[in-house]
Amino acid sequence: MSEKKSIVSPLPGVFYRKPGPDEEPYVKEGDKVNAGDTIGLIEVMKNFYEVKAEEDGIVVKFSADNEQVVDAGQELAVLEQED
Amino acid sequence: MASPNHHERTIRKILIANRGEIARRVIRTCRQMNINTVAVYSDADADAPFVREADETVHIGPAQAKSSYLDMDKIIEAALATGADAIHPGYGFLSENATFAEKCEQSGIIFIGPRAETIRLMGSKIEARKHMQQAGVPVVPGWDGHLESVEHALSVAEDLGYPLMLKASAGGGGIGMQRVENAEQLKKIFASTMQRAQSFFGDSTVFLEKWIEQPRHIEVQIACDRHGNVVHLFERECSVQRRNQKVIEESPSPFLDETQRKDLCETAVRGARQIGYENVGTMEFIFDGNSQNFYFLEMNTRLQVEHPVTEEITGLDLVEWQIRVAGGEPLPLSQNEVSKSGHAIECRLYAEDPRTFMPSPGTITTLTFPAQQEGVRFDLAVEEGSRVSPFYDPMIGKLIVHGRDRMQAIAKMEQVIAELQVKGITTNLELLAQVMQNHDFRRGEYSTQLLDRMTGGI
Repeated sequence: MSEKKSIVSPLPGVFYRKPGPDEEPYVKEGDKVNAGDTIGLIEVMKNFYEVKAEEDGIVVKFSADNEQVVDAGQELAVLEQED
Repeated sequence: MASPNHHERTIRKILIANRGEIARRVIRTCRQMNINTVAVYSDADADAPFVREADETVHIGPAQAKSSYLDMDKIIEAALATGADAIHPGYGFLSENATFAEKCEQSGIIFIGPRAETIRLMGSKIEARKHMQQAGVPVVPGWDGHLESVEHALSVAEDLGYPLMLKASAGGGGIGMQRVENAEQLKKIFASTMQRAQSFFGDSTVFLEKWIEQPRHIEVQIACDRHGNVVHLFERECSVQRRNQKVIEESPSPFLDETQRKDLCETAVRGARQIGYENVGTMEFIFDGNSQNFYFLEMNTRLQVEHPVTEEITGLDLVEWQIRVAGGEPLPLSQNEVSKSGHAIECRLYAEDPRTFMPSPGTITTLTFPAQQEGVRFDLAVEEGSRVSPFYDPMIGKLIVHGRDRMQAIAKMEQVIAELQVKGITTNLELLAQVMQNHDFRRGEYSTQLLDRMTGGI
């Protein structure tokens, strides 16, 4: 059995999937992540906040695109936990 | 320096390539000078006060700055379409972008600021250091060459002695620098600092400067015309900072005596002369709290956020000076006609939690001003009902007071902070109040470490 969980944006802002414009994404769909791994950044008022996976699992889907404008609480990605 | 483009030209219409409080500030002076204004705005600012206050408006794109306020071609197109003679870049955004200044000139539009080549020269911290040294302006002991490798950096660091600052040459305003305690740490952060410099500024060049203990940031306001006149408008003390960003500024600096003030201001004039500066600009210095020596840090080739404190003590309008000089007029006053009186303090109002620095975008449900008072000025981006968007700087305005002396200015600021009500978002007002009551601040004996100490550091 597996459980799906949303990773949501803590703040309104702009979502980035990579650390810099010319760099590789932190995580690709289907990648395994551990609790505490950074999956993206939210830019709010010229500050960047790391969005982290709260648990181990597989990022099965990104619900927001790179550079998409998002609201606080909006789903950014879906994490599937295996047990 | 005379070129065919540099004849005197009457400016009748100005496009403001900025937003928020500085756009409103520029509009205010333009109105007094009978100059028409064009505001450009993004989706996020459609209802902003500065858009309503301009004579004409042009929508230039989505909220994200890179597709609106940083899009040079869209802004120049808007200027041409509205027949603007000049562009005022404000601060931030394109204000220190040499390519933008060039593009303006190529399109026959006056860029209200220094020449593109000066912006480029001062944009390189290494080049700026070299030119200042040539003018006899002291710079922080450091290395002016390019650090090619970590081995090279380690040997330079050994000669200079730790602690040091590793800085991006293309950085500035406190961004792209890192304190280095020892060789071990330098090894660890060298490559990543270069990489960050590359991705932030498009230039990976880094250099090393000696770390200054108990530093104070004091800057000198300079104004120059294209006829070779250079004056200073005294200094501003900017040592109250959070994360290398200024929070409170004042003038005069409580740290300087008259001899030091004269020495500092004359040194700044010499530096500005050396590079043939035009328009208003600011030379930033760092003071060593122990030795009392001062060193050039960087030059800001634009209007500063904190220019109002200079305006309050001199009675001058710096935006008016900018526009006159950009049109080819000589400076309105000579050095001995410039004088100051009293003491001015500015507090930056940030939409953020003062302790966690967590930004606080949202809607301002209540904005109540203190009872009208002599010597109090509000340069605000917002009004009651305004939305503070998450897309831009958290600074939403400035509180400025002018008193006959420093203690009276502090008392006025305390009253303003106590009476000003901002609801709906979190602001740093409470922290500002604490600084005004802080013993070291009141005595004028503080360094750039004051705020970190007060908030428990990070």
